[in-house]
Amino acid sequence: MIRASVIVFPGSNCDRDVKVATEAVTGFKAKMVWHGDSEVPASDFIILPGGFSYGDYLRCGAMAAHSPIMRDVVAKAKAGTPVIGICNGFQILLEAGLLPGALMRNSSLLFVCRDVFVRCDNNKTFFTNCYREREVARIPIAHHDGNYFTDEATLDRLEGENRVVLRYCDADGEITDPANPNGSQRNIAGISDATGRIVGLMPHPERLFESALGGTDGRRMFESAVVSVIEAAA
Amino acid sequence: MKALIKITLKNGVLDPQGKAIENALGALGFVGVSGVRQGKLIELDLAAKDEASARDEVERMCQNLLANTVIENYSFELMG
Repeated sequence: MIRASVIVFPGSNCDRDVKVATEAVTGFKAKMVWHGDSEVPASDFIILPGGFSYGDYLRCGAMAAHSPIMRDVVAKAKAGTPVIGICNGFQILLEAGLLPGALMRNSSLLFVCRDVFVRCDNNKTFFTNCYREREVARIPIAHHDGNYFTDEATLDRLEGENRVVLRYCDADGEITDPANPNGSQRNIAGISDATGRIVGLMPHPERLFESALGGTDGRRMFESAVVSVIEAAA
Repeated sequence: MKALIKITLKNGVLDPQGKAIENALGALGFVGVSGVRQGKLIELDLAAKDEASARDEVERMCQNLLANTVIENYSFELMG
């Protein structure tokens, strides 16, 4: 039995995609948990999906980070429950203080919706252990505010602790400016906490999790979670 | 008591929207405009009776929700 919970905020729009991908890979029903609830059921991992929670009012993810359910998500994450935040979910993780930094308006000011290449720079996290070290994956992005920013000291600390999980790269895995779709510092597309159990990323792995969708590079993020759950139980 | 809260991007944080506004002003013929930065102005009424408690309350509002102190500075004035 693998128990995954998907948090649903008003304005989430990738919640059902994430549910489909999770259930296809785990083989078990995922629970949909409404933002107004005060408790997440006991879960092997929690997913904060993409979308426009609370209409992106004030700042992307700011209102969702203070919703009733997030108090319990934060408490459970701090107690060790793995959490992945995808796109708006990443913004919520930052606003909730579970990961450092902020996601600003894309440097181009444009909403960018296309496949990008990302390199897996840390395949030891709960959600990336099925990728090879430095593997290049093709995963779609779809966001207006994915420009990762934090101070230089925090950037150095993230790199020093191997917490940069994904970086935008070209097809050969080179980290270049043209491969950076949104102006993120050091081409950062995803980061983790110190334990590797909390991961935030802008790309949408659920959008390329089976060949019918045009690719499967996102699938291993869900498979990684399954492997992690099984390993933890062993 | 009324509070006027001003939220701006920190120095050193790139402001692509400010840059776009600057370019648009130039295109409209306003010459010599530089350093455009955009932000937010939030106005609210408080039940607090004295200035010290109002100041404390607004400070906590800014820290907890209104500003993202990773990228933004805030300042405010109280009136009434």
